[in-house]
Formats: sequence, C-alpha cells, structure tokens
Amino acid sequence: MSMERTLNHHTTRRKVKVLVAKIGLDGHDRGAKVIARALRDAGFEVVYTGLRQTVEQVVAAAIQEDVDIIGVNQHEGSHIYIARKLVEKLREYGADDIPVVMGGSIPVVDVDVLKSIGVKEVFLPGTPIREIVDKLMKLAEERRRTGRV
Amino acid sequence: MVKLYSKEALEEILKAYKDWEENLLPQWLSRMPERQEEFTTLSGIPLKHFYTPADLKDFDYMEKLGVPGAYPFTRGIHATMYRARLWTMRMFSGYGGPEETNERLKMLIRAGETGLSLAFDNPTLVGVDPDDPLAEGAVGVVGVSVPTVVDMEVVFRDINLGEVTTNMTINAPAPVLLSFYVAVAEKQGVSYDRIGGTTQNDPLKEFIGQKTHVFPPEAAVKVAMDVIEWSVKNIPKWNPISISGYHIREAGATAVQELAFTLADGIEYVRQLIARGLDVDEFAPRLSFFFDAHINFFEEIAKFRAARRMWAKIMRDWFGAKKPRSWWMRFHVQTAGCSLYPQQPWLNIVRTTIEALAAVLGGCQSLHTNAFDEPFRVPSEFAAKIALRTQQIIAYETGVADVIDPLAGSYFIEWLTDEIEERAWRYIERIERMGGMLEAVKKGYPQREVEEAAYRFQREVEEGKRLIVGVNIFREEDIEEVRRVPLLEFNQEEVERRQKERVRKVRSMRDEVRWRRALDELRRAAERGENIMPYVLNAVKAYATLGEIMGVLKDVYGTYVEPPYY
Amino acid sequence: MATKDYVLSLVERAERGDRRALGRLLTILEDVSSETAWVLEYLAGRSRGAHVIGVTGIPGSGKSSLISRMIRVLRDKGYRVAVITIDPTSPLSSGAILGDRLRMQEHATDPGVFIRSVTTAGALGGLSLSALAMIEAFDALGYDKVIVETVGVGQSETHVMHAADTIVVVTMPGAGDDVQALKAGVLEIGDIYVVNKSDKPEASKTYEYMLFVAEKGEIGRSGAWKPVVVKTSSTLGMGIRELVEAVEKHLEYLRNSGEKLSRLSSRRRLLVKLLAEKIVLDLLDKVAEEELAKTHEGLEGFYKRAIEIARTTGEKLLNLKIQ
Repeated sequence: MSMERTLNHHTTRRKVKVLVAKIGLDGHDRGAKVIARALRDAGFEVVYTGLRQTVEQVVAAAIQEDVDIIGVNQHEGSHIYIARKLVEKLREYGADDIPVVMGGSIPVVDVDVLKSIGVKEVFLPGTPIREIVDKLMKLAEERRRTGRV
Repeated sequence: MVKLYSKEALEEILKAYKDWEENLLPQWLSRMPERQEEFTTLSGIPLKHFYTPADLKDFDYMEKLGVPGAYPFTRGIHATMYRARLWTMRMFSGYGGPEETNERLKMLIRAGETGLSLAFDNPTLVGVDPDDPLAEGAVGVVGVSVPTVVDMEVVFRDINLGEVTTNMTINAPAPVLLSFYVAVAEKQGVSYDRIGGTTQNDPLKEFIGQKTHVFPPEAAVKVAMDVIEWSVKNIPKWNPISISGYHIREAGATAVQELAFTLADGIEYVRQLIARGLDVDEFAPRLSFFFDAHINFFEEIAKFRAARRMWAKIMRDWFGAKKPRSWWMRFHVQTAGCSLYPQQPWLNIVRTTIEALAAVLGGCQSLHTNAFDEPFRVPSEFAAKIALRTQQIIAYETGVADVIDPLAGSYFIEWLTDEIEERAWRYIERIERMGGMLEAVKKGYPQREVEEAAYRFQREVEEGKRLIVGVNIFREEDIEEVRRVPLLEFNQEEVERRQKERVRKVRSMRDEVRWRRALDELRRAAERGENIMPYVLNAVKAYATLGEIMGVLKDVYGTYVEPPYY
Repeated sequence: MATKDYVLSLVERAERGDRRALGRLLTILEDVSSETAWVLEYLAGRSRGAHVIGVTGIPGSGKSSLISRMIRVLRDKGYRVAVITIDPTSPLSSGAILGDRLRMQEHATDPGVFIRSVTTAGALGGLSLSALAMIEAFDALGYDKVIVETVGVGQSETHVMHAADTIVVVTMPGAGDDVQALKAGVLEIGDIYVVNKSDKPEASKTYEYMLFVAEKGEIGRSGAWKPVVVKTSSTLGMGIRELVEAVEKHLEYLRNSGEKLSRLSSRRRLLVKLLAEKIVLDLLDKVAEEELAKTHEGLEGFYKRAIEIARTTGEKLLNLKIQ
C-alpha cells in the first residue's frame, strides 16, 4: 500500500543525500569517485555502494538510506537496459519518487531514450561539476517538496 | 664520465641566460604578460621558459643515453628500431559473440593490422558465464564473450594461431583464457613453441585501475605468477604478463605515478618469481609492459624514455640479470581513452594522432590507436579503420620512423626525462619502504594517490586551468551533428541469448565424469598451493566453463571487495 | 511540519514490514525534532529486548567486512539484523562519503537485514541521539540484533558505544602500537576483542598479547564478565562462528546477571536526557531568534528568558528524577 502525502517538513532537512552507484560488472569508477568527492565537498551526504552492484541491491540501499537522488555511473554500454530495470524496480518497491540521474559513456542519441524511460538528467563526460551539483540540488528540493512515500 | 659541455661553454651560456632573465624578459613581460602565471605539464611538473645546456650540466651521455639497442636503452631497445621493423599495429578489438569478433579480426587483418588484440566483455573479464545473473545485459557489450573453449575456437576460425600473435586483455581469469587459447592452438595443430602473444595478467594494477579484480591481492598475485611460471616453461614465445600503467593512468594517475606504480608492480613480480626459485634471466625477457599515451606531448615522450632507462637499471643493478635481453623494457602503448570527449567527437581523431606520435617518438613496440567514437561505444568499423590508418600515416608518410630517437639531445626533452625519472624513483622508494607494491596496494596507497590525482585534475578543468577544446573552451551547444555520428549497431539481446544457449549446450554435451574430476583436481591443487595452470588447462579440455573454473578458485582464494578509499 | 498522523502511519507501515516507510521513519529519527518524540512515545513499551552490539576499532581493522560476515551467521540462526554504520563527516564541507555499507551490500536485498548509514556531524541534534533513537525503532520493529559500527573516537561515538549491550573491539595484527591504542578511550571497554586479519603471520603474537592483557584485567568493562579474545579473518571467513558464539554467550551472561535490563535502562536514560537537552536547546534557539530580532534590548531579553528556560526545565527534569 502506498500513501500519497506532501512532505513539507523535509525541505528543512539538513543535507542532500545521494546514492552513487555502479551497476553491473564495469570497473571504470574514476567518474563515480570523482563525483562522490565533488558532491561531498559541495556538502552532500554521499552513499557509495561500490562496484558490481545489481539493480536490486541499489534499490534496496536507496530505500534503506532514504536517499534524495540515485546517481548511476555507467561506462559499459548497458545504460538503457539498466535504466529500464532500475526505474521498474523503484516503481515495484514504491520508491519511484526518488529521481534517477545517469552519467558516463553514453551516446548522445541515447540521452532522449534514457529520459523517456524516466531518467531525470544525463551527464556526459565533460559536464562541469558545478552544473551537476546545481541540477542535483534542484532535483532534491523538488522531491522534498512534492515527494511521497 | 664524458661531459657534453665544457666549463667555459656553460659559463657563457649561463651568462646569456641571466642576461635574458634580467633584461629581455622583464621588457617583454611589461609589454605583453604571459598567458598563464605558471606553465606545468599535465602531471603538474613546472616548466621554465626554455632549456639550455646549463640544465644538463652534469649530463653523462653514455650513462643516460648511449646507443639504441644497448644499455640503458633510453634510445630504444633495438639497434635498428623502426628502420628494420615498424611497431606492431595492434588494435584492441572485440564485441558481441565470437562470430562478430571473428569477422572484425579478419577485417582488421585485411586492413593491414599486424597483430591481434582481444577485448573481452565484462562477464569474461571478471570470470562469470553469460547465464550468470551478474552478466545480464552485459554479454558482448564492451568486448567479446568467451566463456568456453568452443567460443575461443570460433573467435579464431580461419585464423592460424601459428602465424599471428594475440594480445588478450585478461587478468584474474588469465589462466582460463590462456588455456582456451592453448587448447585451440593445439587443436589447430600449432606446436607450443609457436604460440605467441600476450596475456595482460597484471593483478596489482587491477586494484588501482580497470578493477576487474576477483581474488584478494595475495592470491591474485599467486595466480598470475602461476601463469608466468608455466608459460616460461611451456610456451616460450608467449608474453605471460603485460605490466600495465595504462589503466592506472586512465583511472586518473599522473604520468609520474603511472610510471612509478607500473615499475613498482614489475619489481614485485620479479621478486615473487625469484622467490619461486626461477632464474631472473629465465623469465625477465618474457616480461612486457603497457603504457598510456596522453595528450601532453613532450611529457609522454620523456616518460617512455625514462621508463626504459629505469627498468634496465632495475633489472641489471637490483636483480643482477645478466642477459641484455633481460634489461629490455618492451612495451605496448594505447592512446589515452580518458583524453577523448563526446563533445565534437571527431576532434578525438586529432588527439589520438598526437598521442600516437608521442608513442612512436617514445619508441613503443606496439600501438593501439583509439577510435574517435570511443566515448560512446565500442568502435564502429569506420572509426576503427580511421584509427588504424592514423598509425599507418605516421609510419609511412611522416618520416618520423626513419631516425632513431630523434628528439634525443633536446635540452628540454633530456631535462624532462631526467625530471620524470627522478620523481618516479621517489615514489618507488616510498613503496619499497612499505614493503613493496603488494603491501602498498593492500594499504591502499597507490589507490588513494590516483584518486586524489583524478580529483585534482577534475578541479583544474573546472577552474579552467586545464583547457579542453569543445569541453571548457570553444564549446558548441548544437549537438545535432553529434547525433548523426554512426555508431556500431548489433543485436546485443540476440548475442546474449546465443551465448547463454551455447554455454548451456557445452555443459550438457561434455563427459560429466571427466569434467567433475578435472574440477576436483583443480580445487585440490589450489588448496595445496600448487601451480594451477596444468589443472586449469586440463579442466578447459574437459569443457569446464570460465565461470565454473573461476568459481572453484573463488571458493579457495576468496573474493575481493574493494573498500571505499577516501 | 508533517502531521502526527502521518508520522505514526509510517510507524504502522514499518511494523507491517514496509521498508520504505522504515527508511523514511529513520530519517525522522535522524533529524531529531518534536516528531522524533512522537515516534519514541509511540514506540515506548514495544521494546522486544533487542540485543545491541557495538562494533568499534581502529580504521582499517576490517570492521565492516567482519560485520558483513557476522550478519550471515546471525541470519543462519534466524535473527533479524539491523546495522547502523557511522561515518565521519568532512570537517571542511560538512559533507560526507558514507562508504561502510559498501562491504555489507551483499545483504542489501535480504528482507531480514536493514542497513542504515549516519554521519558523525550530519545528524541534527547530535549523533548519539539519532543513533539511540534509531536503536529504539529497530528494537520495537522486531530486529533481534542491532549492530552499531563506529571508529569509536569523539564523545558522541563513545556515548553510542556505552549504550551497547555488547561491545566488540576489533584490532588487527602487525603493529604493537595498535594494542597500545586499545588503551585509549572506548577501545578499552570491550566485552569481546577480535584479532581480525589473523591469516597474517603476525596474528598469533597479537592474539597472545590480547589474551595476556585480558587475563590481567587491563581491559574490559567492570562486572563479572571477563573479556573474550577471538581470532578472525573476514577475508577468508575464519573465526566468524566463534565470534558470534562469544557474542551470544555475552548476551546470556547479561540476561542471567540482570545486566541486560540495567543496560537497557541506562541506554534509555541517556536517550531521554539527550532528547530533553535537544528540545530545550531548540527552544533556546527559537527564543534567541525572537528576542534578538527586537532591537535594543534583544540581547538582554534573550539572556533573561534563556536563564528562565534553563532553570524551569532543569527543575522539571529534577522532579522527574532523571539522573
């Protein structure tokens, strides 16, 4: 059973909490780690779940940690497959109010596909960190204003 | 010691330098300030305006340079270098199933490639079968899926393994993939002494970059040493290890870190092999290396030259190797994947060209040039061909391969080579004090250093201290043209289905008794601490799959989970 | 403000096994406010006597991997396990990277396991209060074992450790000064000492030394329990069963000696004290804001009212005879 409710009080919650995830077997974690550090330095709480995670593990962690955003870093080409599954699982567990963002080696043509699946933002290599921080901040605020559980 | 410059000459030069510094420089600066307050290499080495013999005042030509083909090999490991034989043009390739990759390999051979290099998919890299839940959606995506000896056979259909050399970028599962290869060669009727190629098989760097680690550090090194020991004794033309800086660099290391950590890895392996009772001259000639060619042109050339000089010294003076062959550092180079960007992607062709030129001027033995579409996907045939042709233009049109080590004697290049060497030694000393690279890796030292360097670089880009065309300067917001870049398309779902089916078929058709016995024997050998290679080869011939063999080894050795280094 | 109804509905849903509601509920407990008090009031009387296990030790001793291994054994025994991991906050940005759960991710999807990360400075109202409130929630919601992991430095972390029923101190072989480090603060008060990474050759030396100091009574909490020393290797999964057995034996000791109840009561006393403190301090902040907004006598006005609040609350607390 899922109850809809506005959580105004959460706009005053202290820190934006972001889950940074690598899903699948790909070990290219430079981007994930740089982002994790940058977000920490921007005052975020960053939950890093490490390498070789399944979609289920990431969703479980997001729910247990009650994060504001899930950020997935993919360099192995299966981003569309993973995005679909992630969005689907979040819905299944009633957690699809948690916005998903993605970054990594993603063809430009796939950006629209990912957005149509439900990914809120896609960050290609070379995106300034400031831009990422700003967008995540906005997404978190937006969710805290309207998020339900 | 032969001094290059007389005392009188140096005095005069210094006088001229001082004069420039005190008179000319301030005049010019007052009229036109410099573009930056400080100029540094990509690794952060500060640079002067220009270099003179005074920067090399104690330069001992024979000790530092000598001649090509002789100690300290700064100028190249061969006496004739590219005048006799060009570097091997070895394009890292593979995607989809064995069928797709077999076609791609044959295309590249037709296009003039001179050595093969297999890219495996992530399930293969970490040793799981295509029907493992972890493999879902990843089969054949970043490389070819090779879970059984049958798949390997298809990869090399119509390719004679006695006539080509094959590089396999494989680490933890190296014993398995090498056994697949050997078994296929055997089946083709190729004798062991004709099997040539390379297994990357460099476990320590996996904890710093690439991160396809499976076993904990100690066991990982043990398994890799098993492969080396077995190969040296059984397949003498094989390079059982490619000690790799490439992935360390791609993970964010500086050129100095890449060099130092790679050499420190090499030192650790040599010690391990000597401790097994091997003679250093027996295996040293089979050790090979692999570096990154990044975009900071001169720094890269200096790095390659310093690398050769340092390794020769390490092998001769530290380990007492007697054969000059043991002092050689033979290395493969790949242009820097991390220097490529999705913005205006065709610019990547230019970057790759410059990087490839640095690799050639640095004296590499083989070279992979990245395709311009790599920030998006595994290269299309079109992009892969341009990348190969880039090397061919450097080799056949530019003339840079006609004179050996042409940049030697440049005051700047020699100074920078010395400087990089000096900085790398300092890192190596620190690692030695920790008890060697295995201990350092267990402590997370190189991991932390590299993560910090990666973050530092990112901040420099953010602050505009590092400029990247199309990214933080000369940006174009219109991406319509980028959308039109034709990318490699293949039916991944179909490949995944086919690969799952094949692995199941192999499992259902094999001799159950023989298969079970082979795996049991492998388990016991691993538990006893024996060299596992003969047992892996035996299991492969009994049609044990990659995932099954790795499963047995994981049971015995444990599985590594990377801690969060910060 | 969220309504009381909503907050309580979260508790109800969490009781029915809704993990999403539990995750959200923990956030309300983490960011202590008057809502926290509602939740705690509601949960009061529902304690099922969960066994709170504090795991502490020097950084790099492998606490998280050890906990992950322990979870597996505890699950095999049929226990439901909750874990609270406490990560340090960056002093520069006040942001944090919460990496401890990474080692326990293999249990993420197990419905009988719930893992939550907290930062040392992130929790409004202090880490101790947040962690203690979370323990109450896990206890009331039927988690049999609540494991709290910290590096055990700093006052609030010490508080949390003292609130545990069983304290496991993790060390590793190799450095003599590591054992010396045990003598500092919370590391001294273990009920069980673990020499982790005992696949290392130097392990037996460290183990012998630990046995020696435990025997001599140089370490351990007061009481009849004599600290136990266990050798483990979280990489190879060795000694984990023995460790869990020792933890179980300690629980049995606590129950038989009546210490279990006294620990529960001191844990709750601490929670109530910190909660009261927090509520008073929040009130003072509010007063300060109001009074200081008034020009001229702002500072004086605030000062007067603050003293009054401190006095009356103090008296109230005294009347309640809380510590």
